[in-house]
Amino acid sequence: MGAVLVFCEADEKGVRSTSLHALTAGAALAKQSGGDVVAVVIGKGVGAAAQDAAKHAKRVLVYDDAKLEAPLAETWAPQLADAVKRAGASALLGTASSTGKDILPRAAALLGAGMASDITAVLAANKFKRPAYAGNAIEEVEVAGSVVVASVRQTAFPPSAPGSAGAVENVAVGAIDALGAEMVALHATQKSARPDLSEAKVVVSGGRGMREGKNFKVLEELTDLLGGALGASRAAADAGMVPNELQVGQTGRVVAPQLYIAVAISGAIQHLAGMKGSKVIVAINKNPDEPIFQVADYGLVDTWEKAIPAMIAEVKKLKG
Amino acid sequence: MKILVTCKRVPNPEHKLKFGGGKIDLAAATWQLNTFDEYAVETALRLTEAGKGGARSGEVVALSIGPKDVQQQLRGVLAMGADRAILVGGDDATLDAWAVARVVKAVVEREKPDLVVLGKQAVDGDSNQVGQILAGLLGWPQATFLASIRLAADGKSATVTREVDAGVEEKRVRLPAVVTVDLRIIGKKAVRAEGLAGADAEWDEAPRYASLKGIMAAKKKEIKDVTLAELGVDAAPTMKVSAYEAPPQRQAGVKVASVEELVAKLHNEAKVI
Repeated sequence: MGAVLVFCEADEKGVRSTSLHALTAGAALAKQSGGDVVAVVIGKGVGAAAQDAAKHAKRVLVYDDAKLEAPLAETWAPQLADAVKRAGASALLGTASSTGKDILPRAAALLGAGMASDITAVLAANKFKRPAYAGNAIEEVEVAGSVVVASVRQTAFPPSAPGSAGAVENVAVGAIDALGAEMVALHATQKSARPDLSEAKVVVSGGRGMREGKNFKVLEELTDLLGGALGASRAAADAGMVPNELQVGQTGRVVAPQLYIAVAISGAIQHLAGMKGSKVIVAINKNPDEPIFQVADYGLVDTWEKAIPAMIAEVKKLKG
Repeated sequence: MKILVTCKRVPNPEHKLKFGGGKIDLAAATWQLNTFDEYAVETALRLTEAGKGGARSGEVVALSIGPKDVQQQLRGVLAMGADRAILVGGDDATLDAWAVARVVKAVVEREKPDLVVLGKQAVDGDSNQVGQILAGLLGWPQATFLASIRLAADGKSATVTREVDAGVEEKRVRLPAVVTVDLRIIGKKAVRAEGLAGADAEWDEAPRYASLKGIMAAKKKEIKDVTLAELGVDAAPTMKVSAYEAPPQRQAGVKVASVEELVAKLHNEAKVI
């Protein structure tokens, strides 16, 4: 069987941590298919990321070109398809990040390959487990065809640990046609000292009961005290209290921290889909009948107005 | 401006799933339009309007694939204001993203829309693939997970914002293009056709309800039945679900009486802070 190609997203420092999880899934798949893990890095000035990726793969294919600076599906998907052919790969994997979700299906289209989204386990070279119905069903899926594409649920696989370095190959990039698409700007979320939502050990999320955006301030204080990341329910994101990228759930981010604190969140099915995998769940809600208490390890029936400031004081005491 | 919008029926996501013999039993399911598709319909309608209740220009064609019953959801979409609908007969239980994308592509080739609007994902399969595969098959630009869209006055391009992990990305695509919508798209000023709607145009912050007038009008609108054979599409799925199982259930834990007790338990018992 062929190689397993893993799409590694790059930043200026190296491979994005989100992609390390796809590399682990890639290694599991390579074991099943009997091939090697080959990493592919795309962008402009991605040398550091290529060297970084080499620590996790037998071989790295690098598509480095000024015209590939912006992560456009129109220009990146053809490079992924090219890399699959070049590596003789029987599988293409990448993390189900916003970039992966945008680009991988388009690459599957160019390859004529079937695709499984958001896989949580590798059962065989073309067989996976994945959640559907907002995590209320686990599907076992089989993808037909000579190439299989899959996006990987980050929280289901640990990050890959670096090993001995593989070979880095710069590919001569062919003609690039953006099909009339262009990236105008990226308005990055205000850089904070907080860890990324998908990586954080602690996540504090607020729901509809927070009522308005400015009330999230107190949650932020607790979040920072615990060294965590801030999240929100779809209801809170929908109401415009917080940016949508903080949304945890079926239609937002999937998180699995050591500690998840759900504040004024009712626990709709679609929210639970994004946080049920957390190790310890705390629910703080004034209504004892909310479904969030059915999945919480520790439940506190109280208003956020009283409980959160008290919790901040208590944690401060603990930390001395 | 001619816009094709895709509509999928899904089992009511609030209802508990029934499992039996490695399958999900949907015999007693109640069906409704996928939320993101409802947002897609709302987006398409706004792109043909001068504002809430304002003048209309352009055509919105709704497309669904499934059994005859899907007419019910399509009538609802026509009542919202779509001009006509196409129902491709098929077994929606076996269709995967590839099969759906092939069908939509065949309809796009017949209808020649300027824009295809889809929901970013269906809340049953949760695959989030059809729009991207469709764009790849057509060789059209794509813009996924839209928070806003502005059609240029000349109708030749669209500028969008997309919610991405790192923040908000602003992208411009030439038309014809494929776009998929996310939650923010139903913001008051998130959608605008520049040639048609002024900068102050706005809509309600929710998809519209069908008015009585809309419901009456929908009865006279066309739902065209088309077969896969007529479209010449092979709808064989490339992804097969071989088994379904219920996820492991979490057990409810304990209720604590105070914040002090909670923090003490998190520190001493769970050892997470």
